[in-house]
Amino acid sequence: MASVPAVLTSEWTKIRTVSSTVWTLISAFVVTVAMGAALCALMNSQFDDLPPAQRATFDPTFISFSGMVLGQLAMVVFGVLVVGTEYSSGMIRTSLAAVPQRGSFLFSKVAVAGVLALVVGIVTSFVAFFLGQALLGDHRTDIGAEHVLRAVVGGGIYMGLIGIFSMGAATMLRSSMLSLGILMPFFFLVSQILSAVPGAKKVARYFPDQAGSKIMQVVPDAMNSGTAPYGPWGGLGILLAWVAAALLGGYLVLKKRDA
Amino acid sequence: MIELDGLTKRFGNKVAVDRLSCRVRPGMVTGFLGPNGAGKSTTMRMMLDLDNPTSGSVRIDGKHYRDLDEPLKHIGALLDAKSMHGGRSAYNNLLCLAQSNRIPESRVAEVLDTVGLTAVAKKKSKGFSLGMGQRLGIAAALLGDPQVLLFDEPVNGLDPEGIHWIRNLMKALAAEGRTIFVSSHLMSEMALTADHLIVIGQGRLLADMSMADFIHQNSRSYVRLRSPQQERLRDVLHEAGLIVVETGGGILEIDGATTEALGELAAQHQIVLHELSAQRASLEDAFMQMTADSVEYHAHSDHVAAPPPAGPQWGDQWNERTGGGPAGTGREV
Amino acid sequence: MIEAVGLTKRYGAKTAVYNLSFQVRPGTVTGFLGPNGSGKSTTMRMILGLDQPTSGHVTIGGHPFRSLPNAPRQVGALLDAKAVHGGRSARNHLLSLAQLAGIPAARVDEVLGVVGLQDVARQRSKGFSLGMGQRLGIAAALLGDPQVLLFDEPVNGLDPEGILWVRNLMKMLASEGRTVFVSSHLMSEMALTAEHLIVIGRGQLLADMNVKDFISANSADFARVRVAEGVPERREKLTASLTEAGGQVMSEPDGALRITGLPLPRISDVAHEADVRLWELSPHQASLEEAYMRMTQGAVDYRSTADQKAGLQQPVGHGYGQPDHGAPQPQVLEAPQQNWYAPPPPGQNPYATAPAEPAAATADPTERDTSEDAR
Repeated sequence: MASVPAVLTSEWTKIRTVSSTVWTLISAFVVTVAMGAALCALMNSQFDDLPPAQRATFDPTFISFSGMVLGQLAMVVFGVLVVGTEYSSGMIRTSLAAVPQRGSFLFSKVAVAGVLALVVGIVTSFVAFFLGQALLGDHRTDIGAEHVLRAVVGGGIYMGLIGIFSMGAATMLRSSMLSLGILMPFFFLVSQILSAVPGAKKVARYFPDQAGSKIMQVVPDAMNSGTAPYGPWGGLGILLAWVAAALLGGYLVLKKRDA
Repeated sequence: MIELDGLTKRFGNKVAVDRLSCRVRPGMVTGFLGPNGAGKSTTMRMMLDLDNPTSGSVRIDGKHYRDLDEPLKHIGALLDAKSMHGGRSAYNNLLCLAQSNRIPESRVAEVLDTVGLTAVAKKKSKGFSLGMGQRLGIAAALLGDPQVLLFDEPVNGLDPEGIHWIRNLMKALAAEGRTIFVSSHLMSEMALTADHLIVIGQGRLLADMSMADFIHQNSRSYVRLRSPQQERLRDVLHEAGLIVVETGGGILEIDGATTEALGELAAQHQIVLHELSAQRASLEDAFMQMTADSVEYHAHSDHVAAPPPAGPQWGDQWNERTGGGPAGTGREV
Repeated sequence: MIEAVGLTKRYGAKTAVYNLSFQVRPGTVTGFLGPNGSGKSTTMRMILGLDQPTSGHVTIGGHPFRSLPNAPRQVGALLDAKAVHGGRSARNHLLSLAQLAGIPAARVDEVLGVVGLQDVARQRSKGFSLGMGQRLGIAAALLGDPQVLLFDEPVNGLDPEGILWVRNLMKMLASEGRTVFVSSHLMSEMALTAEHLIVIGRGQLLADMNVKDFISANSADFARVRVAEGVPERREKLTASLTEAGGQVMSEPDGALRITGLPLPRISDVAHEADVRLWELSPHQASLEEAYMRMTQGAVDYRSTADQKAGLQQPVGHGYGQPDHGAPQPQVLEAPQQNWYAPPPPGQNPYATAPAEPAAATADPTERDTSEDAR
């Protein structure tokens, strides 16, 4: 059996020695923080123009995370590339010849990349929160307020989990291009559009991003985001189930199919 | 030692490898030959546990690949020049492989030096030429100092100096008692490198024998004689019941006799010989002969990889010319 | 006919090709050899007008490539198997080339048949193997039925049948009176294909001659002699007589003698005078590879380290792997000149049986001497 610490070290070397790691994670951070800050500043200046319904459910925590709509896409790219470049470069054959135990290989890779994604996610989340609150002026909330800390930590976990979900999906699809071609439109368009279509709404709220992002809300159903039959933790549970399913699927594909 | 036991691989209803059983022994270079689509790559991939056999098994030094403790220390492989991450430096590509099998980092610099890539170790492998990629792949194979080495088309992209080097490297590794298994399409190169051959066609074992036996069994060999006393020599040969073919230029070709016997015969009759040499066909001739004989293979050969059926006239006359084993290519046993 | 006169190409401070003059004549296959980085590709690209020479010029049939009227019908080239749009079918790729040059579409199916791709003609070339891509490239080169053909590493990715086919195709094209110019790194393949050689190193012409002359000029022809077995002194005696007659005698791994500097009839006479019976007397020429290696020594830009064994044998101290394989045998890898001499006969590889033995530099009469009274 290959020694797990050795495989973890190897996967860490793999991740830190390619430049795509750095630029995808930096974009995730910059995009999330910058877009969140911009929206917070905008909200602060135009708060009085909002319709009353939105003003009633205004969620200063959630609004500072609005950058995640785009920022999560960089996280998706990170997750996809971590696995996908093994296939596109042909490295997968070399890697599996070195570590023939498919489970050790995949889960070491996901562990290393996942921890990194979670760390970056949490840092991003905290920075986005504090910067956003600073720009919200009178409408800000405080980290000590009820449910706020849960939402901020949850935002980081959400980003990390989206990255890990992408790793699982890429392992199933065995290709960077294919994975990005499916995941990017899904998170950016399909999920958003379906959640606005009355009929499809009921299904769309069980999608990983729709369910997972509930953890970031302090005010239930904030900003007309729609009601859901589950709470913030339930939503995170649904996202976790998606992640687990993607990883299991990836593992089975890796185990069964020829490399 | 690599042992294949009834190794079979089906893709849908196409049989790529069909009940292949053989052993690749240590201490020599074993060549692995077969036409395109014969199942060579699939076999090599199954040896490395990259493809799952439909049935049968492969053992490396008695163990299944997945049961090897740190496999790179047992078996190293060069499958494809394109098997590294292009965005990573040569050094880092090898480093992550070394770490996964607990090979000391110092070994990375060593193998880079061995393959002559020290100067470009820190460069991204994306910019490497085919030959440099090949050298990097060879470095990866040598990383764990393994007893078993697999090379698929190792000379691809190398220049003459590199080809010469890899050939000698493989021979030296075999001489140290390692198991060296090389697949190649270059018969002329293989003839210089391999001691033993495993030939497959349509996924089945066609031959598993020494190079000399393979050539002997699959091609015509004869002895060439030249003598200033040609008339007498011919008479003596006729008397001895040998069939003599005159090919002009004072050359006699004799089938079915050894140089030793002919030398003795000439000595007995006091005939001076100016040439007494055994002529053998090339490995390529022997290989073509064998794969042409294999009816199954032929029936199957009329798709892409086959020589152009539309233009037999392009090849036929030259086949005849090369078939005779021209001077210089023949070698004696 | 391809003619280069004073061809020079500089990239900034680096001179890739310097003052190169040669002619590639019709009716023979001309091999183009040189180590990596010697300027072969640059020269090929200049012939095809892809690169502009810094000075000098190269012409095809008397015209520079760029001013050839309807170049595709006069010159065909296989430079890189990947120079094909992968999304297009093989047939459409050729068709677009044909239309560009005003070649009838019927010719497309003809060349597809010639290279054996007719069954996959309508598949997108993206899924082609390297060998199939190579065949498609050859089809493109043949499309205009040109008088001048350039091939860069034509056998890349082909299987043995494909290699034999390409070799015969090139010879066939040359025998039809065409000019065939082939660059390759595979010496053993080149020895079977080319009749004439142009060798360059560091961008300069090293040789422009017939293959046989090239080998003779750069390495010695030799004779292999085996003495009838039985009485060892005879071999010793023959060695002494041959040396006296002016030959150089070396011992081969299987006990035979390798003699340079004496023609075969002379060796026969000496053996007769010495009363030694021979079991073999065969003429040999060194390999093209050996001759090439000798000539290009010092012109190689890019080398592997000579002592690879250092890397392989020194991991003592790390305590991993299997350090217990035999003593170092650096002779085998360091490839002294002698080792480049004629590769061992197939199946009689001296490295396999006696790994530490370099091809002996001199005959050792105390060893393996067998001969007997004869004649």
